[in-house]
Amino acid sequence: MKRVGVLALQGGWAAHLRALSDVGCEPVEVRRADQVDALDGLVLPGGESTTHLLLVERFGLRPALDAFVASDRPVLCTCAGLILAAKAVHHPDQPSFGWLDVDVARNAWGRQVHSFEAHADGDDLPLLFIRAPRLERVGPDVEVTARFEGEPVMVRQGNLVGASFHPELTPDRRVHRALFG
Amino acid sequence: MEKSTFEAKVGLAEMLKGGVIMDVMNVEQAKIAEAAGACAVMALERVPAIIRRDGGVARASDPAMIKAIQAEVSIPVMAKCRIGHFMEARILEALEVDFIDESEVLTPADEAFHIEKHGFKVPFVCGCTDLGEALRRIGEGAAMLRTKGEAGTGNIIEGVRHLRTVHGHIRKLTRLPKEELMTEAKNLGAPYELVVQVAEAGKLPVPNFAAGGIATPADAALCMALGAESVFVGSGIFLSSDPERRARAIVEAVTYWEDPKKLAEISTGLGEAMAGTEMGKLTEDQKLAKRGW
Repeated sequence: MKRVGVLALQGGWAAHLRALSDVGCEPVEVRRADQVDALDGLVLPGGESTTHLLLVERFGLRPALDAFVASDRPVLCTCAGLILAAKAVHHPDQPSFGWLDVDVARNAWGRQVHSFEAHADGDDLPLLFIRAPRLERVGPDVEVTARFEGEPVMVRQGNLVGASFHPELTPDRRVHRALFG
Repeated sequence: MEKSTFEAKVGLAEMLKGGVIMDVMNVEQAKIAEAAGACAVMALERVPAIIRRDGGVARASDPAMIKAIQAEVSIPVMAKCRIGHFMEARILEALEVDFIDESEVLTPADEAFHIEKHGFKVPFVCGCTDLGEALRRIGEGAAMLRTKGEAGTGNIIEGVRHLRTVHGHIRKLTRLPKEELMTEAKNLGAPYELVVQVAEAGKLPVPNFAAGGIATPADAALCMALGAESVFVGSGIFLSSDPERRARAIVEAVTYWEDPKKLAEISTGLGEAMAGTEMGKLTEDQKLAKRGW
C-alpha cells in the first residue's frame, strides 16, 4: 500500500486524507521534516498560503519538501498548495517554492461570495473553487489537464500536478486515483 | 456555474481548519495578524474585553474600517453582526466580507430569532454552548460553528465546558438506538434529520472551532485536544504585552498541539498575557454565552 503524506500545518488536509483512503492509499499527516522522505507521494492542501509559508520556513520543512519533489515521486498541490508550488505569485506578490513552471494570481475570482461550483470543459469532473487562484501563465513544459471556460485549472509537469480547485471536497476521485492509485 | 453553494461555504470553513482567526481593531493589527500566520481576521471596532469594560450597545463595525482592512490583507476578512440583525448581515454581505459571525459578543437585536442564513451568499459562523444550539444554527444555514466560551475574559473554563458538552453529546448520540433519536431531537431542540446525521457520522456536519477566553498557546492547544478544529482569538492577542509574538505562538500551537516539547518552546518568553476575569466575578447578565436561542 502506498503511503501518501498530506502537509498538515493548516487548512484542508483532513479531506485529502479521506480521499487518499478512498483510492487505497495509507494517508499520513505530515508536520515534521523527518517524516517526508519515507513517503511514496505527497499532497500540499488548500488553506491560507501565507500561513503555510510561515510554518514551512519556521519549522524547517522546506529542504525536505524540495528534495521530495526532486526525487520524482508524485506530488499533488491544490489551491494554496498550487500557490506554494508556483514559479511566481501575484495579487499580492509573495514568495513561493518555484517547483512548477506557472505563475498564479491569488484570490483571482474574487472574495468568498464569488466562490463557485462548476464542471471542467468537455468533462463531468466537478470543480469547486474557493477564493481560488488563477493560472496566469503556463510554461512550455507544463501540460494543461483540465480547463474551465477555456482557462487552465489543472496542470501537470512530470511528477507534479497542480489544481486551482478542490478535488478532495467533491466525491469524484479521478484526480487522486490518477496520481496515487 | 453555481455560486455560493452550501458546499462552497463549508469549503471555506474546511480551509480555515488548523488555523487561527484573530480579532483586529484596525489595519495595523490586521497586518500584524497576517504576518503572524493568521488564517483569517475578524474586523471589529472593539475586542470583547473592551466591549465589557465600556458597556452600552455593541453593533456591527463601520464599513470604512472593514473596507480598509480588506484592502490591506490577502487572507479572509470576517465581521460580526448582532444576533437576528439580518440588515447588518445584508450590509456585511454587500461589503463582500468572507464570513459573517452572528455573534453574542454584540448586543442581540432579536430576543427570539436568529438570522435565516441559507438566504445569504456569504457563509455564517455562529456560537454554540451545546449540541442542540449547534444543530439549530446549522438548520438555519450556518456553515461553521464555534463554541462560545466566555468572550473577553481571558478565562478558558467556559470554552472547555462548551467543547466537552458538545462533544460529549455527540458521543452519546452515536450510542443511541435509532428509535430513541426522535425523542432525543425533541429534548435537544434540534432538527431530527441533523440529529440522525450526527448519530451516524459521529461528528458535526460543519467544522467546529473554539472561541472565548483563549489567551495562551496552551489554551489553544487544550481546545484542539478537546476536539476543536481551529480557534478564534479575540482579546487575547492585542490586549497582551507583545501581540506579534503571542499571535505567532498561538498559530504554531494550533499546528503542533500534540507535541508538548514544541509547545514548551513556543510558549517561552511571550510577555504578559491579557488580564483575566474569574467567572464568579461576572453577574448572570454579564455572561455573553447566554445570548442566543
